Amino acid sequence: MSAIALREVSIRYGLVDAVKHVDLDVAAGEWLTLVGPNGAGKSSILRAIARLARFTGQITIGADQAGALRGVELARRVAMVPQAPHMPAGMTVSHYVMLGRGPHLGYLGREGRGDMAIVAGILDRLSLHGFAGRTLDQLSGGERQRAAIGRALAQEAPILLVDEPTSSLDVARQQEVLELIDEIRHARGLTVIAAMHDLTLAGQYADRLALLVEGEVVMVGPPRDVLTEATIAAQYGAQVRIIEHDGDGRAVVPVRRRSRA
Amino acid sequence: MTVRVASAPLRIPGLPRLGWLSAVVGVVALLAAALLGVLVGPAHISPGTVLQALIGGSIDPGQATILWQLRLPRVVLGALVGGMLATAGAAYQGVFRNPLADPYLLGAAAGANLGATLAIAYGPGASAIGVNVVPIAAFAGAASAVGAAYVLGRTVTGVRNTTALILAGIAVATFFNAVQTFVQQSQTETIRQVYSWILGRLVTAGWDGVFLVLPYIAISIAVIVLHRRLLDVLSVGDDEATSLGISARRIRLVVVIAATLGTAAAVAIAGTIAFVGIIIPHTVRLLTGRSYRVVIPLSVLFGGAFLVLADTAARTVVAPAELSIGVLTAFIGAPFFIVVMRSTRAAEL
Repeated sequence: MSAIALREVSIRYGLVDAVKHVDLDVAAGEWLTLVGPNGAGKSSILRAIARLARFTGQITIGADQAGALRGVELARRVAMVPQAPHMPAGMTVSHYVMLGRGPHLGYLGREGRGDMAIVAGILDRLSLHGFAGRTLDQLSGGERQRAAIGRALAQEAPILLVDEPTSSLDVARQQEVLELIDEIRHARGLTVIAAMHDLTLAGQYADRLALLVEGEVVMVGPPRDVLTEATIAAQYGAQVRIIEHDGDGRAVVPVRRRSRA
Repeated sequence: MTVRVASAPLRIPGLPRLGWLSAVVGVVALLAAALLGVLVGPAHISPGTVLQALIGGSIDPGQATILWQLRLPRVVLGALVGGMLATAGAAYQGVFRNPLADPYLLGAAAGANLGATLAIAYGPGASAIGVNVVPIAAFAGAASAVGAAYVLGRTVTGVRNTTALILAGIAVATFFNAVQTFVQQSQTETIRQVYSWILGRLVTAGWDGVFLVLPYIAISIAVIVLHRRLLDVLSVGDDEATSLGISARRIRLVVVIAATLGTAAAVAIAGTIAFVGIIIPHTVRLLTGRSYRVVIPLSVLFGGAFLVLADTAARTVVAPAELSIGVLTAFIGAPFFIVVMRSTRAAEL
C-alpha cells in the first residue's frame, strides 16, 4: 500500500490553476522529489498534503483520507520542513525543536520525560546539542535548517515533507542537509517527499523524480529516466549537458549559449 | 530478573521554565507593593498593627475600618486590575504576534469609554436606582466593541487573518471614539466626570468592586495561563502551527475572548489605564526571555505589583487630592521602560 496517494488533486489560487489533476503514489520508505520550473506547483502539492492549501480530489495517507484526519492526527503522520521556516527571534533551539512534540500532547498538556528524551536524542543526532541553549537568531543558515529538520523529526511522523531544503545554503551545507535527511530516512524508514530546484541534487538523493510543468505531472520515474537532455530542453526550455559519473548520479550542467559570438 | 537502570535526569539547556528565583521575586514584589499600599495614607497605621489585624488580633476600630474597608480592598483591586491588564497585553501580543499589541487593540478601551460616557451623560445616577450603571455600561461597551471587531475581521478575506482583525479593531475603535467625543462635547455638564473616568482610578466602596470583577479576572487569567504553551507555538506563524496540529484560529478566538472578558471587567471598574499592558510584558520579556510560559505568570505578578505602587503614588503625591492613575502609569512607566530597554538587548522584543 502506498504511504501517500494523490488522486485528481487540483489546487486553485483565485483564477490561477496551480495544480491540475495530479495523480501520484509514494511507497512507504521511498524518497520522491518534485522537480519542475518555477511556478510548476511543487510547493502547492506539499502544502495540500499538509492541509495548508485547499484542494479538490483525494489525498490518502495510509488507509485514511487526509481530509478526515484531525489536525493533531495529521501532524503525527506528516511533518513538514517549510521552505523558509519562521524562526522567532529570541526562541532557543531546544524550545524550537520541542514544539515538534506538540501533536503528541493534549490540548493543554505539558511535555513529559519521554518528550525530553526524544528531543535530547534529536539534538544529539543533528549535532545541535551544543546549540541547544542558543537563540535561533544566532544560528547560521545550515544550523537553522538543521533546527527546522529537528522540529519536524520531533513530530515522529512517518512521512516527511521537505520544501526546498537546500535553497540559500552553500554547497557543503547542501550536502550535509541532504545526507542527514537520507540517513535518518533509512534509520527510521521515513517516506520523504521533497520539492527541489537543483536537478543534480534532486537526482542524487531521490528514488524517483516527478517532473511538474504548469501544474501537471509530465513524467515520473527514476532520475536517469527523467534527467535527460531532451526532457529538460523540452520542459524547461534550457540547454543542458548531462554528465554521468560512475553510478553516483547525473550532473545537470547548463550550457552557455554562444549565439552572440 | 531484569534490572531497570534509572537514567540520570535529563537536562536540556534552553528549555523555557519559570525559575523559582523569578517566581519568588515576583511574589515578593507583589507582597511588598501591597504592604506599602496598605501602610501609606493620610492616617498612620504601623506595620505591627497591620500584622496584628491580618492574624486576627484586635486593633483600634477606626484603624480597622480604614484598613479593611479602604486600603486593603483598594490594594487587592489594584493587584487584580494590574495583573489582568499585563496578562491580557501579553496574550494579545502572543495571538497577534505583534509587540505593539495591548489589551485595547481590538477596541476594548474605546468601547468602555463610550459605554461609560453614555451612562454618565444619560444614565440614572447611582443614587436614583441604587446601582452604579457606569461599570456595567463600560463592560458592555468594551465587550461589544471587541465582538464587533472580531466579527468584522472574520468576514474579510484576502488579507492575513490577524491583519484583518487588527484593522477591524482600529475601524471599530475610531468609530466608537467619534461617537464618544460627540456625546462628551454635547453634554458639557458631565465632561469633567467623563474625563476623570477615562483617565482611570481605583475606587472601591469596601469590597464591592473587588467581588464584582474577581470572577471575570480569575477566569480570564486562568484561561490565558493554561494557554501559555500554545501561545509559544503560535509564534511560528499560523501555517507552521497548523502543521504542528494546532488550529491557530481557534486558539486566537479562545484567548481573545478570555483576555477581553478580563479587560472589560478591569476597565469597567478602573477606567482605561494605559501602558500597563505593554510595558509589563515587555519588561518581563527583556529580563527573562520571551517564552510565554515565563512571560504570562510573571506578568500577572509584576502587573499587579506595578499598579498597586502606581496607585499608592497616585493617592499620595498631591494628597489630599488624587492624581489619575492613568497619568501615573504612563509617567512612571515610560521612563522605566526606556531604562530597561537601553540596558538589555532590545532584539529580544
